[in-house]
Amino acid sequence: MDKVDKVPAIRLTGLKKRYGTGDAAVDALKGVDMTVWPGEVVGLIGPSGSGKSTLLKCLGAVIEPTGGHMELAGETIYEDGWKISDLRALRRDRIGFVFQAPYLIPFLDVTDNVALLPMLAGADNTVARQRALELLNALDVAHRAGAQISQLSGGEQQRVAIARSLANHAPIILADEPTAPLDSERALTVMRILNEMAQQYQTAIIVVTHDEKIIPTFKRVYQIRDGKTHEEAGEGRPI
Amino acid sequence: MINLAARDILHGWGKFLFTGIGLGLLIGTTLTMAGVFRGMVDDAQVLIDNSGADLWVVQQGTLGPYAEPSSIRDDVWRGIAGLPGVAETGNAAYLTIQMAHAGRESRVMIVGMDVDRPGRPGAPGYLTAGRPILHGHYEAIADERTGLQLGERVRLRRHEYTVVGLTRRMVSSSGDPMIFVSLKDAQEIQFLKDNDALVNERARTAANPAFNRPGVPGLLEAAQASSGQSRNVNAVLVRLEPGANPDAVAGEIQRWKRLTAYTREQMEDILVAKLIATSAKQIGMFLIILAVVTAAIIAFIIYTMTMAKLREIAVLKLIGAQNRTIAMMILQQALSLGLLGFLVGRASAGLWGPAFPKYVLLLPGDAIGGFMVVMVISALASVVAIRAALAIDPAEAIGG
Repeated sequence: MDKVDKVPAIRLTGLKKRYGTGDAAVDALKGVDMTVWPGEVVGLIGPSGSGKSTLLKCLGAVIEPTGGHMELAGETIYEDGWKISDLRALRRDRIGFVFQAPYLIPFLDVTDNVALLPMLAGADNTVARQRALELLNALDVAHRAGAQISQLSGGEQQRVAIARSLANHAPIILADEPTAPLDSERALTVMRILNEMAQQYQTAIIVVTHDEKIIPTFKRVYQIRDGKTHEEAGEGRPI
Repeated sequence: MINLAARDILHGWGKFLFTGIGLGLLIGTTLTMAGVFRGMVDDAQVLIDNSGADLWVVQQGTLGPYAEPSSIRDDVWRGIAGLPGVAETGNAAYLTIQMAHAGRESRVMIVGMDVDRPGRPGAPGYLTAGRPILHGHYEAIADERTGLQLGERVRLRRHEYTVVGLTRRMVSSSGDPMIFVSLKDAQEIQFLKDNDALVNERARTAANPAFNRPGVPGLLEAAQASSGQSRNVNAVLVRLEPGANPDAVAGEIQRWKRLTAYTREQMEDILVAKLIATSAKQIGMFLIILAVVTAAIIAFIIYTMTMAKLREIAVLKLIGAQNRTIAMMILQQALSLGLLGFLVGRASAGLWGPAFPKYVLLLPGDAIGGFMVVMVISALASVVAIRAALAIDPAEAIGG
């Protein structure tokens, strides 16, 4: 990958997060450095309590860091405070989320679960549904477009969740243990889809995982220990 | 934009429908209570309207004839009829009794009226079947709600009466249907004692030396005849000549006849403001309690529905849904529940209202007012759930 001309999708420099104050203060992130390029899928691994979820929440603009620098697609998002006033719009338009459980909206059908995001951004219903169908087609679940969420298998639900995360052309997707509830075959399928989507839409994807069977698929892995990241070259094993 | 509230309702429509029906039955009870109050007011109004009177002349210092006992001689009307402005007078006797009919006991108001001339005040305004009372004794006109049929014979105290006419919506201020009989019959029903009581009374009178004096023939018989009957009525109803001032005529009657005369406005005040005031307060209290209970139930239901969607709401916030989108979803659900509850409530009140023993009057204005109140209650009840939803941290969707 030629990274010379590209702007990193995510660039973190010395990112810190402290919970509490005084004696009760806990430093969850002690200066995280990370760079993720468009079209790249990187792993974020580490033991429980190492700060993975805290980092994901900071990246998702859900909690505010307490120090450092955060840049998304070339724009400074955080530096001694948020640099963007509407964090909801930031999350809606520039960050996609994929969770351990799909967390789809049970009272919407498959298409509308995906179309909801563009609609929230103000897109016309027809345009939003068209975009949803395109993504569902790309993820091979278009045949379930009208189905209720409860009628889908776990793997299908996770594909719909991935489609939703891509619905607003987000340059960044944060995936929190997306393969945890799946068996090996389905877990690898999800990883293959994520890699394909990253390539197709030039989306940067960070996958937080404990899942040993998918770790070899990453070309780069960030290991987080004691609130700091350590970059490691992954095996990049073909899926 | 997708209507999230509608989709959520459709997704769990069975639960929503049954909740709405349950709420509707409560709202129906509330509307019925309001209808009972309106019915009481209407009964009082109908009693005044159907009497055909402009003035009610009663015993001095009483609130008769409906709110308090009143007793005046049955020839007082002659003096009143001669006063300027008086067009027509009619004696009236009222008493409420238990009537046995078709194996059931029911409460009816007996109305004694002058039958010598049709159209006197106190007579029923119209008949739905049959004819007016033509004979001086043992004929009756009954309100349809008594269940009596034309030609049927019914026992009222000591005698049987033939129903010769039927009328409608002639009820006492308590809502008891009326049975009209001749004034003499009503006086008998009200005052004539049974045979045992008469024998006993005669013996007591005969034992009184004041009535059984030697050398005064006929005194004992006269005293005994006097104690066995009454020539009293409860009120004289007066119809005024066109253009006559009711207050002026009432003032003349009070001045010259030493009686109390009430105008229509005063009688309305007695019946509505005094006679049913306690019942109205009672119903008012019930309405307040039911409104509070309704609000609490809607708040609880909406809060529970919202709490069941915590994760979805956290996801919605995380993916960028505005607070107003989430608040509108909850508000719309609360209003939908209120609307469903109101529709069920109005339908059920209309369904079970006629089965109530008392007249239940469901006015369109009350229904509109009730609808507005339900909507306001629903909106207020959603506030707790909205506050809870907006307090949800989007980070909860990520976990960790």
